[in-house]
Amino acid sequence: MTRRIFRLALAVLALSACQREDRTARPSPVGLESREEVALVVLSPGESQPTVRTSGKAKEFEGNAYHLSQGKKLFTWFNCSGCHAQGGGGMGPALIDDRWIYGGSIENIVQTIREGRPNGMPSFRGRIPDDQIWELAAYVRAMSGNAPSSAAPSRSDSMHPHPAENRTSPSPPVSGGIVPPSGQMPQ
Amino acid sequence: MPAKNFASTRYSELTEITPENVKNLRVAFTFSVGVNRGQESSPLVVGSTMYVLSPYPNILYALDLAKPGAPLKWQYNPKPEAAAQGVACCDVVNRGPTYADGHLFFNTLDGTVVSVDAATGQEAWKSKVGNINVGETMTMAPLVARGKVFVGNAGGEMGVRGWFQALDQQSGKVVWKAFNTGPDKDVLIGSDFKPFYDSDKGQDLGVKSWPPNAWEQGGGTVWGWLSYDPDLNLVYHGTGNPGPWNADQRPGDNKWTSGIFARDADTGQARWFYQWSPHDLYDWDGINEQVLLDMTWNGQPRKVLVRPERNGYVYILDRTSGEVLSAKPFHPITTTRGVDLKTGRLQYIPEKKPHVGKVMRDICPNASGAKDWSPSAYSPRTGFLYLPHANLCMDVEHMEANYIAGTPYLGSETRMRAGPGGHRGVYTAWDVAGERAAWSIKEAFPVWSGTLVTAGDVTFYGTMDGWFKAVHARTGEILWQFKTGSGIIGQPTTYRGPDGRQHVAILSGVGGWPGVVVSADLDPRDGTGALGFLNAMRDLKDVTTKGGMLYDFALP
Repeated sequence: MTRRIFRLALAVLALSACQREDRTARPSPVGLESREEVALVVLSPGESQPTVRTSGKAKEFEGNAYHLSQGKKLFTWFNCSGCHAQGGGGMGPALIDDRWIYGGSIENIVQTIREGRPNGMPSFRGRIPDDQIWELAAYVRAMSGNAPSSAAPSRSDSMHPHPAENRTSPSPPVSGGIVPPSGQMPQ
Repeated sequence: MPAKNFASTRYSELTEITPENVKNLRVAFTFSVGVNRGQESSPLVVGSTMYVLSPYPNILYALDLAKPGAPLKWQYNPKPEAAAQGVACCDVVNRGPTYADGHLFFNTLDGTVVSVDAATGQEAWKSKVGNINVGETMTMAPLVARGKVFVGNAGGEMGVRGWFQALDQQSGKVVWKAFNTGPDKDVLIGSDFKPFYDSDKGQDLGVKSWPPNAWEQGGGTVWGWLSYDPDLNLVYHGTGNPGPWNADQRPGDNKWTSGIFARDADTGQARWFYQWSPHDLYDWDGINEQVLLDMTWNGQPRKVLVRPERNGYVYILDRTSGEVLSAKPFHPITTTRGVDLKTGRLQYIPEKKPHVGKVMRDICPNASGAKDWSPSAYSPRTGFLYLPHANLCMDVEHMEANYIAGTPYLGSETRMRAGPGGHRGVYTAWDVAGERAAWSIKEAFPVWSGTLVTAGDVTFYGTMDGWFKAVHARTGEILWQFKTGSGIIGQPTTYRGPDGRQHVAILSGVGGWPGVVVSADLDPRDGTGALGFLNAMRDLKDVTTKGGMLYDFALP
């Protein structure tokens, strides 16, 4: 009897220890977008950090293997790779380095994809569903090693000679980055 | 104009600088253009004023050569849309302004043609002809003739539809516009159209040589050089690569891409067309310069057009008919067997055709070609065409391309590297009549600058590691060199200044397709970056930094 209870307890324990990734089977429709109130700078008058309010959606996507691999696929499908290559950049800036012109948090990247940025990044609002923007942003962070190696994609189908994302050594975003001076300001 | 004359010879009659005294050249003055991106432009001298145009944001400066140090007279800022930077395939370059009748004409990156009063710097007109939301930019130097400003678009990597148009010189209004894909009425093909080869004859080939509607995103842009023959009243322009790069998605000859049109300058009606690379497989834009010469060919006097082409051959065409007289290789070639002079057709080697899902290795020349935009110069004294060019090969893998307007339309991943010998650049003197190279100088990096040759038998070019070099036009001996602040990809200019001396001027500032690794801070760990050029240019960051400086030299 005790043995049976013990076995049962063990089975319950074993099952509860088996933590599966959860994700919403049906992502929210195109019309909805998460609200990310984030700053692009560390400077805020009199405060140690700017005021930031995020939706918390980051947790759902960062470190989630399914979303990261979807992001990797979408990175090619939405032609991100046409400008940013496999992270080295070209028409757009490099993404495997540690410099983040418009912020390196997942919320910053979501905003960059959604709003566009003034020196050439197009705005994809209304073109890419919200959840796919998050998948892309999570993957973009993985490109510079900013995703757990247990979740990051482990193989590349491209000719990119750089190691796959799960073997990329982490290169944490440099605060603020630098803006490459592409030109003289209009007078 | 940047090409010196309508025939685009870049030959100067000045003789003060000679192989004997060129070693005494000194810096006369310098000027910072204030923009640290690729400087592909050409300084332009009219009277006692020098005009210098920067890359995006395309600021035009006038320098007073009559005063010591050539101080700034005025500057004009067209304030182009910053977002245009995101659809410029290969750095935010500009290939120069053009002067005619008291005005300067140039294109801005966001697709605007501008006319500025040369004396005052006041804007005469601005004409918006390109749309960045479909990926159109403008980087070429306009040509002005017959009261018209001839311009074309860029964006062959973004699935744009290439066009060439004439604007009224006085008002900036469009006089005619010719597309390079689509139905004959859009291409301005009518009863005057008499191509030399049968493969270019037929109705609406710009539609029929494509899968349904693929011509709408078919490329065939005009971002390179124009020449004009006043006697024939024909303007010559090349057409860029077809889109997408993945050729499996566009079976057919893909007219009228990767070719050359001769058009009536007044009406735009096509007179003839020749396709350098039918159904282009390797991004071989056909937009290089056409040098117009009158020469004896097989005992007959012929009006010819010499074209060093991206696919690796120097072509000699009859410029009245479009007949190919000669096509001889100047670069190691693994992809084609030559040009059949009967049909005019480039002979591809089928085993070297890239396919979806397979890496095709050792493609020579590479995507940027044996020779890209960097214009050559011709000296009637030596009979040599001075060719700045590359020595590059590549590996390619194709995949399905998705068309999303205003984003890259490629379906291709590329990895470039040095060709046989390990050097990436060559400066060749090509004996036009002899159809062979007379001599050549190997360079570590692709020679991306333009060149010029003078009646003093001196040629000038620059290297991507910053050297500005003077070469003996007959022997290829390097006579003098000067290390500028950044890599050179610009076009040299020579002129007689108000001081009575012969000067040579060049913009220094690395960039362009091979140099964008430096000018846009790319990460060289990814060899597929910059459309695959990063793989061949990893070490450029070790030898040069960004710049934007004009250097002017004269004898003491």
